Amino acid sequence: MAQKNAEELAKKQREISIAEFFEKNRHLLGFDNPRRALMTAVKEAVDNALDACEEARILPEINVEIIQLSETRFRMIVEDNGPGIIPKQIPKIFAKLLYGSKFHKLSATRGQQGIGISAAVLYGQLTTGKAATVTSKTGKDKKATHIKLKINTQTNEPQILEEGEIEWEEKDHGTKIEIDMDGFYQKGRQSIDEYLKETAIVNPHCTIIYTTPEPNQIIFPRATEELPPEPVEIKPHPYGVELGRLLKMLETTEAKTLQQFLTSEFVRVGPGTAKEICANSSLLPNTKPKKMTRELVENLYKGVQKTKIIAPPTDCISPIGAENLERGLRKEVNAEFYCATTRPPSVYRGNPFIIEAALGFGGDQESDKTIRIMRFANRVPLLYHQGACSITSSIQKTSWRSYGLQQSKSSLPVGPCIIVVHMTSVWVPFTSESKEALADYNEISKEIKLALQECGRKLASFVNKKRRIKDEAKKRNYIEKYIPHVADAIGEIIGLGTIERKKIEDNLTEILEHVRGELEEIKIDNPDYDPELAKIGLEDDSEKDISDEDEEGKKSKPNKNDKQTTLA
Amino acid sequence: MTKKETNNQVVLKIKDITKGIYNTILLQKQPQMEMPIRSLNNVTYSDKEGYFELLDKTKTRTLTASTIKTFAQTLRMMGLSKDLVETNDMATKREAYYVSKNWGEARFKEQPESDSVMDDIEAMMGVNREQIGFIPEEKGGAVAGELIVIDKDQETGKDLEIDCTRFGSGAYSVPSSVEHLSFKTKAKFVLAIETSGMFERLNKHGYWKKASCILVSMGGVPTRACRRFIRKLADEHKLPVYVFTDGDPYGYFNIYRTLKVGSGNAAHINEFFCVPSAKFIGVTPQDIIDYDLPTHPLKEVDYKKMKDVIKNDPFCQHYKEWQKALEQMAKMKVRVEQQAFSAKSLNYVLETYLPEKLSNPKKWLP
Repeated sequence: MAQKNAEELAKKQREISIAEFFEKNRHLLGFDNPRRALMTAVKEAVDNALDACEEARILPEINVEIIQLSETRFRMIVEDNGPGIIPKQIPKIFAKLLYGSKFHKLSATRGQQGIGISAAVLYGQLTTGKAATVTSKTGKDKKATHIKLKINTQTNEPQILEEGEIEWEEKDHGTKIEIDMDGFYQKGRQSIDEYLKETAIVNPHCTIIYTTPEPNQIIFPRATEELPPEPVEIKPHPYGVELGRLLKMLETTEAKTLQQFLTSEFVRVGPGTAKEICANSSLLPNTKPKKMTRELVENLYKGVQKTKIIAPPTDCISPIGAENLERGLRKEVNAEFYCATTRPPSVYRGNPFIIEAALGFGGDQESDKTIRIMRFANRVPLLYHQGACSITSSIQKTSWRSYGLQQSKSSLPVGPCIIVVHMTSVWVPFTSESKEALADYNEISKEIKLALQECGRKLASFVNKKRRIKDEAKKRNYIEKYIPHVADAIGEIIGLGTIERKKIEDNLTEILEHVRGELEEIKIDNPDYDPELAKIGLEDDSEKDISDEDEEGKKSKPNKNDKQTTLA
Repeated sequence: MTKKETNNQVVLKIKDITKGIYNTILLQKQPQMEMPIRSLNNVTYSDKEGYFELLDKTKTRTLTASTIKTFAQTLRMMGLSKDLVETNDMATKREAYYVSKNWGEARFKEQPESDSVMDDIEAMMGVNREQIGFIPEEKGGAVAGELIVIDKDQETGKDLEIDCTRFGSGAYSVPSSVEHLSFKTKAKFVLAIETSGMFERLNKHGYWKKASCILVSMGGVPTRACRRFIRKLADEHKLPVYVFTDGDPYGYFNIYRTLKVGSGNAAHINEFFCVPSAKFIGVTPQDIIDYDLPTHPLKEVDYKKMKDVIKNDPFCQHYKEWQKALEQMAKMKVRVEQQAFSAKSLNYVLETYLPEKLSNPKKWLP
């Protein structure tokens, strides 16, 4: 082969647009197979809708509809009652990757990067060639903006195909996104159904109305009228900022001096701490930020690490709460024992976070299977990449044997148990852009383990109690077995009739009952359990069962409580 | 006291205990049974009486979840005993075990369980097993020599004289119950022997004729019947009793000690089932040296037994001689069998050893 020179090679070297990059690497965003793609698109749209509603302090009501257009083609429609989006912003939000309001701030929202929904639009466009349709209304007496959009993959800029105003009578305000895409719909694990159900469990303040392709309508009604506290935005903590970010921040800051930069751009840095950082970095507090060389910034970075700075505030994040988490779990699993815990806030890389865990044991759950795990981050269910997640590895590293579950060395425990773990943070460290697994930071896995141990200890005392009661029942059984023999033997020796022998038996039963106390009973006492809800996402994975399930749905309809309805 | 009176007393006692339990139950209280603890911890060696006396440690079996099965079984067993005594019948320990198979869930799984319940009842009532209608199946021992045993003919009820010199190479077998026997004898002493092998040799060569004695083969630890038989001989005919066992801790403290002062397990009846006058003639540790006997090294169990005896056995604790003998044995690290004398010549034991030892009380042990 003939050698090529640098000039020739240079002809092929050109910039890659982020849109082009993801066009080729769509698996990084969770669009790797048709089934998951459909689920991811719904997830991104619903996450955005919930964030928008909460930010505007509106109780969310979200409509999700999946329509099957052909064997492999689906239309996804997600509609919210959020504040709406002003017309100018719509194209960028839905048709420009890495555009959003959440990347540059630190707050406990679902979305982070500003990739998700535009990636869904891009995926639809790639597989069908069709544009996405967005309708948004910002106020009662206003008309709704109606836009058809595509992404220009070379420039990563939105392409407006059609724009106009329409009446949207049924809504005062809100946003609706429609995307056609190739996909595959299947019930069972990791399905849209499961995703929406788990979302409803950890977001008891929202109502989700979901129309499946069959079509069936499932309503997840809100369980509380109370919105979670508004996520508070905080500035970065010095410990959480890497050298590159520091360089960028110094470039763009409006501060005139280094000290001013430190106190205005970071949390927990006052004049005193700022001076200390400067001293530790061998820099003068009045150094001009824009004039600092890379070497000086590196000094500053090292100086920050040397300085003792108090941990970031933790009131900016709000947990779901142990009580709510347990209530959600009670709906999902019919168990004998529940417990939940919320850890105090902790910090990793300068980011405050809270771990919560809940656990359900016994009852209807199978005892010879690996335990079930439900993972959540900022109230978003994580359905994929369980094995790569810090939550999973923390569960594996916890010793469950002492808490009454079976476990072979460093693997998931086996037993009739479900474990729920939720992490909330101003910045959740996902292992990839598809946001399905938590990265394994020591501080995080330590907190997870502490939460699990707390639940585990409660579990152990329950398991012990259960064992004690079982032993006691066995003993009583044993006693009952021999009481007639005692009565008969006495009767035979001193010549007693049936009535007196019966009296001996009755008295002995009473005496021993009195000595041993009342036998406790372990019952499943869980009025919150919602079998219809629990079934969602647990259906057989094979598609041909859908018609059967339909039948089942009709049959069980009269028994349904009014919390949830399935309409044929 | 006639047998009938004894029987009535036993039945009354069983009924009394049972009524006590019944009344407690009627009062809505947990019934209890109280019985002496059957172990070496609960006996003391009485020098005056010459046997193990029961101390007053008792165990109380309260009816609870963990005791109800044994409680039911004990009552069942008492019922069986009452039936046996009332009909003047007997059951062997093994038979009693089989009777329990009719008790449904309260049946015994293994015979040791029923034996133990039987021993409990025995101790609780302070009587012996035969009085409550149970007999062991083990043979009482073999007897040969200058003795006529007077028994009753099973059919006619007439006296039956059994001449123990007329069994040839065989021997008279001690029955399980010996209370009704009486004796005629001109013998000078009783020689109780551990092994039937040694008994056979002495019997075959007519040692009893030469020494004018009664030979009793205990065949290991002497049964109650065997102990009682020797005791009656000793009491009724003022015969000295000499004991000849292997030279090891088992021979000293399981065989000789049980014969002389009784056992810890059945201490409530030791008074009758022991031979306080018995003396130990051999084989002593000193004999090993004196007669230059071939030996075997002591085993782990022997050392354990010696330690246990020195620490826990009130009989050993009472006799310095025995403590010294054990110390000597421990130092020599060897044990010796009765048959070891055969190394000299087959009849050395009856021609030399026994005459020498019997004529030299200083070489005996108490």
